[in-house]
Amino acid sequence: MTDLSPHQPPAPPGSIPHADVEHRLRVTDTDPKTAKRAERQVASMFLLSVLFTILFVVSYIGIDKTATIYIPVMGEVGALQIALGFTLGAAIFLIGAGAIQWAKKLMPDVEVVQQRHDQVSPEADTLDAAGQYERGKEESGFARYRMIRRTLIAAMALFPIPLVIMLRDLWVPTPDEVGKSPADILSTTLWHDGLRIVSDGTYRPVRPEDLPVGGLISGVPADLLEVEEIQGNLNARGKAAIILIRMDPADIRSQQGDGWDYQGILAFSKICTHVGCPIALYEQRTHHLLCPCHQSTFDLADSGEVVFGPAARRMPQLPIGVDEEGFIVARSDFAEPIGPSFWERG
Amino acid sequence: MKFLAARRRSPIVASALLIGALAVVGLGYAAVGSVQPAQAAVGTETQVEAGRQLYLEGCSSCHGLEAQGTGNAPTLVGVGAAAVSFQVGTGRMPLAAPGAQAPGNMPTYTDEEVAALAAYIATLAPGPAIPSAEQLDYADADIALGGELFRINCAQCHQAAGQGGALTQGKYAPNLMESTPQHIYEAMLTGPQSMPVFSDAQLTVEDKQAIIAYVRTLQTEASPGGLTLGKFGPVTEGVFLATAAFGALIAAAVWIGIKAR
Repeated sequence: MTDLSPHQPPAPPGSIPHADVEHRLRVTDTDPKTAKRAERQVASMFLLSVLFTILFVVSYIGIDKTATIYIPVMGEVGALQIALGFTLGAAIFLIGAGAIQWAKKLMPDVEVVQQRHDQVSPEADTLDAAGQYERGKEESGFARYRMIRRTLIAAMALFPIPLVIMLRDLWVPTPDEVGKSPADILSTTLWHDGLRIVSDGTYRPVRPEDLPVGGLISGVPADLLEVEEIQGNLNARGKAAIILIRMDPADIRSQQGDGWDYQGILAFSKICTHVGCPIALYEQRTHHLLCPCHQSTFDLADSGEVVFGPAARRMPQLPIGVDEEGFIVARSDFAEPIGPSFWERG
Repeated sequence: MKFLAARRRSPIVASALLIGALAVVGLGYAAVGSVQPAQAAVGTETQVEAGRQLYLEGCSSCHGLEAQGTGNAPTLVGVGAAAVSFQVGTGRMPLAAPGAQAPGNMPTYTDEEVAALAAYIATLAPGPAIPSAEQLDYADADIALGGELFRINCAQCHQAAGQGGALTQGKYAPNLMESTPQHIYEAMLTGPQSMPVFSDAQLTVEDKQAIIAYVRTLQTEASPGGLTLGKFGPVTEGVFLATAAFGALIAAAVWIGIKAR
């Protein structure tokens, strides 16, 4: 579409006329020496690109993939990746830079006028389209056959329902979940009276004396690994994860149930009541539990109440005690569903 | 000056001014913020007595003459030698200035002075001792186990790659990239500041050695993929791309668009 003839008006027949603006000549247009230099610049960029392409192949063959190299700011990095990335990037960049330099310095840069059509369709086309629409409406009888129209609307409206219903299959019930409603399943966890609390990761049972004041343990039920083996999924872990903390009993201002602690040891769900992130950012001096996702903050010395952030419910507390062998156990399941709110909770 | 005047409307000028201003403010703040506390004098003959002297001179104004604690600072009775070694050995104490948190700093006291202070505090009441060389020997530790334990017990605050992270009200979990094995062990054992305590009964000596071995791996391993950007993951990588890469693309577009002279 552009006029390729350099600065020689008048334009050849059939081409687009130059714009009626003042045209400033470039140094390369007037000085042959500069033009020659620009030509050499472009050619050397293309030549460097050839060199980097060859270097890429050489690096690929020659550099051991486990070798590392120290580069300031970046630190100790893989030599092969750096070499491949730099040579390939430079080879491509130099082709582009050379092309732009060529276009800017040596190709014609005269201002031209480009003719365009009107944006609006001709009136005849508009009338024709409207007429076809009206004819279709008339011939199909969409306005006339009222029953057909209404049943079609009903059919189209109901059609997406199967797609929505199939979303239920995203949740696959485990053997002991069969026959229960989703609300029941969300409201119960593995915890029951007498079930030992073990440290997550090591799966060692916990004695009260293992947990000093200011201590924190991420806990799971003692039978979690067996359950996971049967179920083959992580739902049980997700629901039963707790944190055990110990504070000076004098610091406990309130609890969710009378005597739910054991000598200052408290157990709370690890799952945020906002949208279910696992939380263990426990500040032992303020007794605050902070969720890293949206900064909901719970005061564990005060029944796990929300003191900051978007969470609407307190962190559920698990009543604990010790068994006859002196290990910390749960005394029941949670009294309220853990984790985020759901439909049936209202 | 004519050269500068002619280019003051160039698109590069605004960016250059902004970068220059940021550098001046940042470096100025760093220079003002890193004022060191005064050096304390060395004590007398026996270690405990020397420690007591150092304590009375450097610590008692806040922690009390008998280390019983005051309105400004907690009691040190029963914190143990490990707490002193961590707090003073990492330069957190003596506190340079009141704030949300005592930051790590250049230690004010020498290693011998820290040992003397620790010996004195340990005589006040039983508390966690400084870990022995044997406890700190992580040569045979299980790094994979250490990684798992780190992700369960430490990563929630210190971030999965040990880069640290924010807590509430200006407090933060520090970056672990410069931490020594002894200070990592002591921090787990004593729970300094906001950090919970991880006793030797809960995370055994072997568990702690495994965690230390994992942190040492994080500290020393190379980064084969190039610039780590703080190992914070997709957020910093996205910000980097949005600024550096898009900036470069915009600069290229401007270059293409400018008419040649």
